[in-house]
Amino acid sequence: MRKSTGIVAALALAGLALTALSSVVAQNQNKQPFIGLITKTESNPFFVKMKEGASKEAARLGAKFISAAGKTDGDNAGQVAAIENMVAAGVNTILITPSDAKAIVPAIKKAREAGVQVIALDSPTDPEDAVDALFATNNYQAGVLIGEYAAALMKGKKPVIATLDLFPGHPVGAQRHNGFLQGFGLQSFEADSNELAKPAEVVCMADTYGDQAKGQTAMENCLQKNPNINLVYTINEPAAAGAYQALKAAGKEKSVIIVSVDGGCEGVRNVDRGVIAATSQQYPLKMAALGVAAGVKYAKTGVKARGYVDTGVTLIAKQPVPGVSSKDVKYGLANCWGN
Amino acid sequence: MAEQQPSSAAQAPRRLLERLPSISVLGPFVALLLAVIFFSIQSDRFLSGQNFSLILQQVLVVGVLAIGQTLVILTGGIDLSVGFVMALGTMVMSKFAVELGLPPLLAILCGVVVTTGFGLLNGLLITRIRLPPFIVTLGTMNIAFALTQIYSKAQTVTGLPDALLFWGNTFRLGQTVITYGVVLMIALYLLMWFLLSETAPGRHLYAVGNNPEAARLMGIPTQRVLLLTYTIAGFFYGIAGWLLISRTSVGDPNAGQTENLETITAVVLGGTSLFGGRGMILGTLLGAIIVGVFRNGLTLIGVSSVYQVLITGILVILAVTADQLSKRRS
Repeated sequence: MRKSTGIVAALALAGLALTALSSVVAQNQNKQPFIGLITKTESNPFFVKMKEGASKEAARLGAKFISAAGKTDGDNAGQVAAIENMVAAGVNTILITPSDAKAIVPAIKKAREAGVQVIALDSPTDPEDAVDALFATNNYQAGVLIGEYAAALMKGKKPVIATLDLFPGHPVGAQRHNGFLQGFGLQSFEADSNELAKPAEVVCMADTYGDQAKGQTAMENCLQKNPNINLVYTINEPAAAGAYQALKAAGKEKSVIIVSVDGGCEGVRNVDRGVIAATSQQYPLKMAALGVAAGVKYAKTGVKARGYVDTGVTLIAKQPVPGVSSKDVKYGLANCWGN
Repeated sequence: MAEQQPSSAAQAPRRLLERLPSISVLGPFVALLLAVIFFSIQSDRFLSGQNFSLILQQVLVVGVLAIGQTLVILTGGIDLSVGFVMALGTMVMSKFAVELGLPPLLAILCGVVVTTGFGLLNGLLITRIRLPPFIVTLGTMNIAFALTQIYSKAQTVTGLPDALLFWGNTFRLGQTVITYGVVLMIALYLLMWFLLSETAPGRHLYAVGNNPEAARLMGIPTQRVLLLTYTIAGFFYGIAGWLLISRTSVGDPNAGQTENLETITAVVLGGTSLFGGRGMILGTLLGAIIVGVFRNGLTLIGVSSVYQVLITGILVILAVTADQLSKRRS
């Protein structure tokens, strides 16, 4: 076993050498604000936009900026590692969009104990006060807006509803879903519920993971279950686009109303094309800018941000309806995120 | 590796070239060394005992899972069920302890029994019905994932008892804070290295991977070796699950999504041949550490973590190339 023994020896030597070197390297403490952003994934355009916004804002305010992400949505271990690495890198503030509201809490606690300000963007932690502050869309309100719009549009018709949801146990998915039903005037749960309400008017509920292909499959199955569906709530615009594909294949795209949440540029264009009747637009750039500003403030004054800050939500619809205030597609495109 | 071929080892004296470790053994060392030098120059925060302790903590779950994966790959098989079997084990441990109120150690034992049972199931299907490992573990991967989701209702379990968090406890070595989990991982690797290289069952495992027919003719009970390998692998997934709970302090039903491929990456980067029979368990530890060093280092110097994925991909291709070249040479 000469080779293996050699490798063990080499490992030991390398370890010794590194430890010796490490004591030589001086730790230089930097007073410059240093902000880290951790998103759920690197590939979702919503987070791409958030990262761009944070990076630009940090450059403008003279802060150092780094970012990291989980590999997939739901990759808690990846986000935990990212938090640890950022604390090791010496950030003063971490901005994070938690993939798993509960599972990330212990890692956040450790970071805060190390003196780092932690702010949740976009999604809350569970419990919500596990972070210093939350800058996010009011997802329940986003749901209420499209619910009210759909109710006004459907006036006089008996609603037969399909809901294309996120995935089980996710607060954002539950809040949008329940808000939509509340806005429509149906029996629903309050904003703090993690459960999805299912009044009699909802004939089909399916998970889409916010994905277009899964949204299409979900809608196809819902149509099998009940061909009379005339209103479709979707968790986001990719799911809505998938639902539209399924409805088009069934020749029902003209007679069924789709509403959604997010306000991405492609989503707003789909409102213009008539694919989606209305969508609630949220503002990742604003979340990022507020987060970076709070990070700079903490580094300079030691004052942390606190509590929940609503970053706003606007209803975007091509065709306004009486009694519900909305902005047009032009406004939506001027304020959208993504490409 | 030459020591798996007694005939060539017997030809003494060997020429210098043959004495040098093959590129698939040296490769991971060179990669790790270059990465460490690069990040040390780029960031004054990289080279510290504390940071290395952190990297080891971050790789230990994949590291312990990859012990099981290495054993399986050494036999010429593959296990795709790794991450999800571990996740099922963690849900059993955390829910049995918190919701059923079982004594924590018993709950942990139940979790390990479940993962070991999945390993045994893999082994039985592969040896008794002679199904290909790829297909068997593809099936059990889905079964384990679904059972995890059904059993947990996709809800995270919190408020865990101390025994489940044991491996997250720390001690000091000079300035450096180290978790017990890191010590366990290193101990497990040293143990497996000893068992594989110095004992008869370890030699049998290599022999089965090298040439199952020859091994059978030599009187090695190949089917029993295979069955045992998958079962032991399942045991390690249970231990890894316990380590995961200790690290994150929660029972997470969405765990395990990325670990399958990460263990295979660690094994391949560590120079173990995907064709079975050649490789070394300590290489897998190196492979896991290489990935951890890139994730940590790139974050420290402020480079997007997509580059970690990019570099990992390139290294995997290089590692497999090195394996192929050394195979042709020998």
